[in-house]
Amino acid sequence: MGVGEVLSRRAFLGRAAVGAFGLLTLPACGPGGPGHGVGPGALDVWVWQDAADKVQQAAVDRFNASGAGRARLNRVPGDGYEDKLRVAIGSSKAPDVFFNWGGASVKEYADAGELLDLTPMLQADTAFGKAFLPSVLQAGMVGDRYYGIPMRGTQPVLVFYNKAVFADAGVSPPETWDDVTALIAIFTEQGVTPFALAGADAWAELMWLEYLVDRFGGPGVFERVKNGDVRGWRDPAVLRAAKAVVDLIERGAFGHSFSAVGYNAGGASALLSRGRAAMQLMGSWEYANQLAADPEFARGRLGWTTFPTVTDGRGDPDAVVGNPNNFWSVTAGVRDPEAAFAFLRTAAEDAYAADLVGQGAVPTTTDAASFLDRSADPAFARFQYDLVQRASTFTVSWDQALPSAQATGMLTLIRKLFAAQLAPAELVEALTALPRG
Amino acid sequence: MSSGRPGRAVPRDAGTRLRTGRPGALWAVPALGFFALFALAPLAIVAYLSFTSWNGLGAPEWVGWANWSRLLSDRDVREAAWHSLLLTVGTWAFQTPAALLLGVWSAGRGRHRAVLSAVFLLPLLLSSAAVALVWKSLLDPNFGLVAEVAPVLGFDDASWFSTPEGAFSALLFVLGWQFIPFHALLYQGAARQVPEVLHQAAALDGAGRARRFWSITLPQLRNTVVASSVLMVVGSLTFFDTVLILTGGGPGTSTTVVPLLVYRNGFEGFEMGYASAIAFALVLVSTAVSLLLVRLTGFGRMSATSARDGL
Repeated sequence: MGVGEVLSRRAFLGRAAVGAFGLLTLPACGPGGPGHGVGPGALDVWVWQDAADKVQQAAVDRFNASGAGRARLNRVPGDGYEDKLRVAIGSSKAPDVFFNWGGASVKEYADAGELLDLTPMLQADTAFGKAFLPSVLQAGMVGDRYYGIPMRGTQPVLVFYNKAVFADAGVSPPETWDDVTALIAIFTEQGVTPFALAGADAWAELMWLEYLVDRFGGPGVFERVKNGDVRGWRDPAVLRAAKAVVDLIERGAFGHSFSAVGYNAGGASALLSRGRAAMQLMGSWEYANQLAADPEFARGRLGWTTFPTVTDGRGDPDAVVGNPNNFWSVTAGVRDPEAAFAFLRTAAEDAYAADLVGQGAVPTTTDAASFLDRSADPAFARFQYDLVQRASTFTVSWDQALPSAQATGMLTLIRKLFAAQLAPAELVEALTALPRG
Repeated sequence: MSSGRPGRAVPRDAGTRLRTGRPGALWAVPALGFFALFALAPLAIVAYLSFTSWNGLGAPEWVGWANWSRLLSDRDVREAAWHSLLLTVGTWAFQTPAALLLGVWSAGRGRHRAVLSAVFLLPLLLSSAAVALVWKSLLDPNFGLVAEVAPVLGFDDASWFSTPEGAFSALLFVLGWQFIPFHALLYQGAARQVPEVLHQAAALDGAGRARRFWSITLPQLRNTVVASSVLMVVGSLTFFDTVLILTGGGPGTSTTVVPLLVYRNGFEGFEMGYASAIAFALVLVSTAVSLLLVRLTGFGRMSATSARDGL
């Protein structure tokens, strides 16, 4: 006991993957496990496991049927995705192609020479590169080299709401911060949690700060931090945002038990769909998850709107935060680079875009607009598309934009803020003191 | 444990060993080999990593004592150490009496005891992760069983995990549910070793059930109490999976114990060097605590003859 703590973690992760997740999702293999009937030469493709991964499964199936190569999709449970990835890439079990959040999230891999530079491939096949919105393709760059191919829909963070709950209360979705506080009073009075919050996942809490800082101080505040100047945290907008969060908690905006509610297990979304909560601030992937868990709710009673405006904010009310997209990256030790490139090209195919819109997603391919009417919900697709088109800036989720050591420290501090262990002013000080890693 | 400690058990024991011709050191080689490969070698690597900066990719970079001086001034480490201490003390205080009573009770004769004992021992067969997941869903404040039961019992809501005290209690309860059976099994075995004549003699002297427990059973179980306590204390210092799954160290960081902090630094922040320093510090503390416990309780002098010593 207590011996070899760190190294035994790897053993633990394997055990947890088999013991915990294996129990629930028997068909899923552990990361790095042998392929099933695909053969030893197959590309090992890792994707974040959620309701939308059937799009990637369909792409793998089409790819295998096309004869261009063989691939096997490894649906890795979202909790601990990044640590499994790091251990695999740091060892000999690296996947060939893997899901990630673009440039900043793979910078350490690129710097360590673990990734395949996709720039030559994109230069050789200009039509492929032109299939994607340039700004989104750029989000997959590290320095001046391309390392990622957009492979899901664009993911702005939105306010989702339960139309039935709003109709019962006779109110309409919030447009301003005053609306928010008024709605909190109304819903808490009725015993409905105003905002479902997956407080067990610090990244869900982080979304509130991302939007509030952007609304109060504009995108420049975080941009400064992202570029390495930690004094950016001392911008008054950060303190103001933290105070607004504390105010929300004290008003009961998130209920009492949010710290035990997770997102990946569907906790927060279930609160919303069952009418126990009125709203949820979440990435646009919420739609796909609701559609999988409760199609009737997703199609009939799920509403969405933009993050409310604030008074005296310097930020643009049209600005959004979230993830421009997710990306495929290829590891340097890829078994068969040509097969991997052929697999990447599936992300630009019409069938792939059609599958994405079928999940309520908005692809970031240049011809996405022509698919929107085929969406699971054309209104939702059109709303997202317009929102992102109109947005003056699209701030990448802070935890994906910062170096991992700093991001982890930041998430811990945000956990503490939401648990009232840190006062807003202490948060600012502590953020400034975080290691850059 | 050997030097200058007079006791008749030592020479007599040594003599017995010679006479009965027990196996030589060679027999220990397989166990030692495994120990070296899976305990000592990783430990040495962790010790080395604690002096490096490494993000899990490429080669570790030597940084000297930087991680160790950071560790000494890190408030998160101090906080996590405090939580580990609380969890250890709480675990001991909750599990020892429960396991002792359960073990002694189940040591008695009777079919119903045997059946119930078998049921009590079931958690031993389950993996920690499975136990934690099951309890997490049962204790879920919105959709768990407790969410249905709490209003009936007069609670407003079942937000066990939203206060530090509640989260700690939930951890202690689940860890107890999982580990009490093991310790009860130790006590059951030990209680059955207590010579029946002692109880009979005490009963003749007019001692009741409670008196016999305090004056006969408990003193006879002394060595088992020590063994069980050492296992509990050292085990508590390294609790990880249950905490990760059940509370994730929350609310905030109020149940973040040292192993979880190691995990967060190592596998979320990818500061493998710093995480190794914390882990190695934990190894040092755990080793020191277990050695101290063994010394203080005289566990090292325990011999197989102690039961007969009581006669």
